[in-house]
Amino acid sequence: MSTASETAGRVVPPVSRSRVFWRSPLGKNIKRVPFYLLVIVVFVYALFPFAWALRCAFTPEGDLFSTPLQYIPDNPTLDNFKQAFQAEFFRKALLNSALVAGGVTILSLAIGSLAAFALGRFRFRGRSLVMYLMLSMTMFPSIAILGALYTMISGFGVGIVEFPKIYDTLWALLFTYLIFTLPFTIWVLTSFMEALPGDLEEAAYVDGATPFQVFYKVLLPLLLPGLVTTGLLAFIAAWNEYLFALSFIQDPDKYTVPIAITSFVGESGSAFQQPWGTIMAATIIITVPLVALVLVFQRYILAGLTAGAVKG
Amino acid sequence: MSTVATPARGPRRRRKAPKLKRRQTRLAWMLLVPSLAVVALVALYPLAKTVFQSFTNEEFLALEPASWIGLENYKDLWNDTIFRDSIWTTLKFTVITVSFEFVLGLTIALIVNSSFKGRGLMRAVMLVPWAIPTVVAAQMWKSMLQSNGVISDAGMRLHILSEPHAWIADPSTALAAVCAVDIWKTTPFVALLLLAGLQVIPRDLYEAAEVDGAKPLQQFWKITLPLLWPAIFVTLIFRTLDALRVFDVFYVFFGNRLGTQSMAIYAQSTIVGDGYVGYGAAISMAIFLVIALFVVIYLTSQRVLVR
Repeated sequence: MSTASETAGRVVPPVSRSRVFWRSPLGKNIKRVPFYLLVIVVFVYALFPFAWALRCAFTPEGDLFSTPLQYIPDNPTLDNFKQAFQAEFFRKALLNSALVAGGVTILSLAIGSLAAFALGRFRFRGRSLVMYLMLSMTMFPSIAILGALYTMISGFGVGIVEFPKIYDTLWALLFTYLIFTLPFTIWVLTSFMEALPGDLEEAAYVDGATPFQVFYKVLLPLLLPGLVTTGLLAFIAAWNEYLFALSFIQDPDKYTVPIAITSFVGESGSAFQQPWGTIMAATIIITVPLVALVLVFQRYILAGLTAGAVKG
Repeated sequence: MSTVATPARGPRRRRKAPKLKRRQTRLAWMLLVPSLAVVALVALYPLAKTVFQSFTNEEFLALEPASWIGLENYKDLWNDTIFRDSIWTTLKFTVITVSFEFVLGLTIALIVNSSFKGRGLMRAVMLVPWAIPTVVAAQMWKSMLQSNGVISDAGMRLHILSEPHAWIADPSTALAAVCAVDIWKTTPFVALLLLAGLQVIPRDLYEAAEVDGAKPLQQFWKITLPLLWPAIFVTLIFRTLDALRVFDVFYVFFGNRLGTQSMAIYAQSTIVGDGYVGYGAAISMAIFLVIALFVVIYLTSQRVLVR
């Protein structure tokens, strides 16, 4: 930059010459260098551990911790992936987790968006109380409520409420995961609801629409980015949950992904010698569908809210 | 009126008739029925039972039935130095992780909110750490952080470290190690929530600012940040709640190692390890109170800021 302005100084005012340079295609690209550098740093930060997992997955079990450390495996192998896929409980776990996480997400979004409509668009007494009540559900450590939840899902009745025995079924997880997905969904969707402009809704009411029509013809489409974001986060939270799944599921056919991954046993059969390569291969296998899921849904996050509103 | 985000701009027809207002209130409660039913079904009994147990001396597999002992557990808890240490550890963990996650998450959100080639892929990639189950991610990092792990090895090859370092075993780096994992793992959560918040900000505001000659940094302080507050508050509240209840990472890294226990770890080792269900419930209540304190702080500061 300094040379550009020095040489330019003789002929024309230096500022304008450098301005010309920075507006040229080359200058514009140089200007973006720090930006792209930042992008690269974020990329490395997010992906290095994943790259290392990839390296472990392709490394034969014996070479994993050999010295000097092999950054790229000397004898790459697919054995770990085969091992992971051969385990029936792991294949089933993928399906189980998809069912549980998908189910609990849809349920939370359905119930939560109704609640968010009430909490975000109406003023009434007790509104804050409901918000705090929802939040307080997630303020206890999971371990504290584990015992009571166990009693409930093992078939339990209080007065007129009779719980069916759902221990060791996926229903137990669907039911208990609502404890952390629902408050989250309600709070986030409410904040989105509050941010929506009021004009469209008023116009619809003037045209004689009922509140329910306003809800799913006007508000819900506008809320799509919020629904997708909340849905993705709730889905992954349920997908990752460990403690409840560990406590409420015994049958290997009903394992969820985190339980399955931590259940791989090495050839020695000892629980202390984990087959690290297989675990890493399994970890990579499970992230593929999630990345695909995000790729499919991210276009809805990007949908500009106001753009949609003007058209609607 | 003290919820997160700006006051709701519900249909502005309140002044008309109280009858309409009554109808709206009834509708609002009807919409809340499913959620309240879930709360009543899923959460009411466990939470009530925890509250009750905290006043008893219930023990796992005890020969005698539990009896009511009033505030005895809470008195013990007040003098429990292990619990005090665990509060400290958890508070340090929470402050470090939440602030790093917020700054990094906001940066990432701003990056993927601007248009550049490969933005869609970047949005999917940024979620990868969050998509790996916590227990697995923690084990992955644990093996990387061992003295013969890749971080020591790479550090030595790049001449940053002079000798291999056991990051987790060394108490002086243990907390930093556990924070590094959590920041890596949870920043995507923050980034995605803030990205969604950024999407809600109307584009024409920026266009108008551009016409008025506002610099990008000015636009950030005058438009982006004020309008992003609601999203920021929700994100920070849920992150803080989760950080204060942290369990998985600490468990994989340290087990029940003294000095590096989080509050939830101490509750778990008391209930499951020692079988003191009643005392563990009292610990859980204390955790609840610590978290409630944070919620109050957030909501108060939010009210002050939004005004």
